[in-house]
Amino acid sequence: MKAPLDYVLHLADNSLILGQRNAEWCGHGPILEEDIALANISLDLIGQARLLYQYAAELKGGGATEDKLAYLRGSREFRNYTLLELPHSGPLSGYARADRDYATTIVRNFFFSALMVLYWEALLQSKDEQLAAIAEKSIKEVRYHLRHARDWLVKLGDGTEASHARMRSALEHLMPYTKEFWVSSPAESQAVANGTGVDVASLRSQWDAIVNDGLNEATLIRPQDTSGYVTQGKEGVHSEHLDYVLAEMQSLARQYPNATW
Amino acid sequence: MSTTPALKDWPLWEVFIRSKQGLEHKHCGSLHAADAGQALDMARDVYTRRQEGVSIWVVPSAMITANNPDDKGELFDPAADKIYRHPTFYEIPEEVGHM
Repeated sequence: MKAPLDYVLHLADNSLILGQRNAEWCGHGPILEEDIALANISLDLIGQARLLYQYAAELKGGGATEDKLAYLRGSREFRNYTLLELPHSGPLSGYARADRDYATTIVRNFFFSALMVLYWEALLQSKDEQLAAIAEKSIKEVRYHLRHARDWLVKLGDGTEASHARMRSALEHLMPYTKEFWVSSPAESQAVANGTGVDVASLRSQWDAIVNDGLNEATLIRPQDTSGYVTQGKEGVHSEHLDYVLAEMQSLARQYPNATW
Repeated sequence: MSTTPALKDWPLWEVFIRSKQGLEHKHCGSLHAADAGQALDMARDVYTRRQEGVSIWVVPSAMITANNPDDKGELFDPAADKIYRHPTFYEIPEEVGHM
């Protein structure tokens, strides 16, 4: 059984875009050890993306390759969660370091890795053997990502007054974007229907438990779930930020087609 | 907001890595971290990225007592002319193989 192409692209794009975002810290980490940690996490994510794109290219056929999928699609064709394309600056821009706020980075990685430890675990049962194999490799990596993000969540949340304020602000900024996790896209519904995908809504109570437990230890109060706009990045409707990510990430491949090095 | 660089606030940790089962842990470097758990995670990222290890120890550098380098003469030089302490005067039977 094969997963729908759009579903595989959704997973691949999630990993690639967050990997690209986290890689922006390379050379700019708050301390050397964190610089290396974030680069490691990025490389894990980009490695996952490669496996998924290779599989997507196989499903797509017609000369598709992992590079073409990553570098030659426009933002409307990307299927990642909107959460993952946002810049590392929260609503504190102008007060915190405007371009990179570590609290935003940590809260996002915490939300996403808390989801993915459950997601990959569930995908081990996928009827698509290829996806199940990718899940088996990815689950170990993402367990470490969660451990890293949760550790910092607690340290910064239960840290100084300033670090707590920045974490709270990042939390309030990013929490609404997690609503996108729970609303099925057509690709997700198809994947669930043919037994290759995960019914993400069924992971929600476990995700809540991981998140609440972390926030509790970090002395952070979870913002009320609101009934506002639900982002639809996974259906190709993105924020303006994705175009900037793609412009940087794809510039070389677009300017020098078929470049090798 | 505190502007003290982390490196001044955070203790230094010595990192020991065991490269494979059966071998001993070897000192491989040091790093700054807020606590022991974080020191382990950072050691994992900094020192085992290329599959260098299967086990990590971290020890607060402050817990290590080292000799004063100035005492080198009195501590180590007297051993220099006592070559009879090396087991080089024995013939090892072939059956023993590598020791």
